[in-house]
Amino acid sequence: MTVFSVVTALVQVVLVAAVGPILVGVLRQLRARVEGRVGAGILQPWRDLIKLLRREPISAAGTSWVLILAPVVLMGTSLAVAVLVPYVSTRSATANSSDLFAVVALLLVGTVVLTLAGLDTGTAFGGMGASREITIAALVEPAVLLAVFALSPPAGSTNLAVIVARRVSDQAQLASPVSLLVVVALMIVTLAEAGRLPVDNPATHLELTMIHEAMVLEYSGRDLALVEWASSIRLVILLGLTANLFLPWGVATQAGALALLVGVVAFLAKLLLFGAVLGIGEVFIAKFRLFRVPELLAGAVVLGFLAVMAAFFLVQGSG
Amino acid sequence: MSNQFVQALNLAAGLILLTAVLTLWIRRVSTLVRLIALQGVALAVLVGTVAWHGHDRQLGLLAFGILALKAFVLPYLLRRVSTQPGEAETDPLVNVPASLLAAAALAAISYAVTRPLVALVPSAQVRATPVGLTIALIGLFVLLTRRRAVSQVIGFILIDNGIAVVAFLTTSGVPLVVELGSALDVLLAILVLQILTNRIQAVFGDTDLDGLRELRD
Repeated sequence: MTVFSVVTALVQVVLVAAVGPILVGVLRQLRARVEGRVGAGILQPWRDLIKLLRREPISAAGTSWVLILAPVVLMGTSLAVAVLVPYVSTRSATANSSDLFAVVALLLVGTVVLTLAGLDTGTAFGGMGASREITIAALVEPAVLLAVFALSPPAGSTNLAVIVARRVSDQAQLASPVSLLVVVALMIVTLAEAGRLPVDNPATHLELTMIHEAMVLEYSGRDLALVEWASSIRLVILLGLTANLFLPWGVATQAGALALLVGVVAFLAKLLLFGAVLGIGEVFIAKFRLFRVPELLAGAVVLGFLAVMAAFFLVQGSG
Repeated sequence: MSNQFVQALNLAAGLILLTAVLTLWIRRVSTLVRLIALQGVALAVLVGTVAWHGHDRQLGLLAFGILALKAFVLPYLLRRVSTQPGEAETDPLVNVPASLLAAAALAAISYAVTRPLVALVPSAQVRATPVGLTIALIGLFVLLTRRRAVSQVIGFILIDNGIAVVAFLTTSGVPLVVELGSALDVLLAILVLQILTNRIQAVFGDTDLDGLRELRD
């Protein structure tokens, strides 16, 4: 473990944590501009977070330690994933542990803890939101696993750092049908997992339609800030993973300050590109009925499955 | 050069597969027609790639023919039918998640069935043939499970595209006359179906084929 690899891991986690609320701000600002409003500026989520962090959290009567523990665990797992996944460099100190299954499991721990907190409050909304969230999570996890697993045969490993490094060195893989199927599946999964528009409306507080907002309704002050911050980090995690798998250019595979700098700039550019596509796309679509959501996610699972099959039958041996 | 050929071929095959799966997913007919047009473009690219690789001028001309027919003429005709009232959405007999899972199973079957074929000549071109078979099977599935006349036509086009993909990938193209004949067949079938849809529409008010059962009594 060299000094560089530790620095890389630290840069990565600080970058992802700092960029999370900004990405949410960019999405809101884009939406506002496309809709003809001025918008609050891309730093507004950070201002909200700082305001909330100064306030004392108030727990509803009858809630247990689960409610207090959940934001901390959610934030912890999100930051752990931010360290593990190769966003900036494939040579960070934690690259050996960035296994696909570990990353998905960590994300799921965060989801489950938040649903437990939703149930803990004992309100109708909390339970409803938790039940919806877990329904979606149960469909999202296999889709992520299948989609990324389809990219693993060329690398011979399910380690994300190895997969990304392999895709950087062998650019011929980027335009394969496997990549095509995987990127569509991963985009759908990102929308569902991060609670974006066709699945969940992040701006709504209408009882019947909300999923994420329903679960966190009882949170306030510091705890709410942590939950919101962690949610924005999860959006960066998933969008960044999709971006790095599909467009791996610029990810540092060598040690060195310059490579690291290029990696940071490339990561921000890719995130901005994918975020812009997401933000503008969201303006033109309406939220799905909840019963249509499994259709969307079943599609993602099937695309992932087809990608795995294509990876084994179509591409292997032809390269 | 060979590597680029394989890449272009695989990308076109992947796009064809993706559009075929999406036809099961999407309900709005106008989007379906756009998907079919996109699939036509991908098919033309596939044929063009094979022609370019084999330096086959006749096949190259055929690629342009396919582009004109499948990416412009057929979608145009379909769009005319689908703008009639009551044709905006398909309602499948089998729900969407189940049909998507069925598509996955069909893809697995075609990969299993074509293994002996691929083993004969394990080149990149032949390796992509399961995609063609998958699309033909998905087309058959669409024919079985969709009620609207337009969806039936879309299933028919999927089957034709699937057969074309298999033919071009395994034999580098059937004789021009045969391919033109089959393409004209599809065009004719669509014209007939368009007239038929108009007649069904005139009699029943919509084109739900289930209404035709009453004719037997």
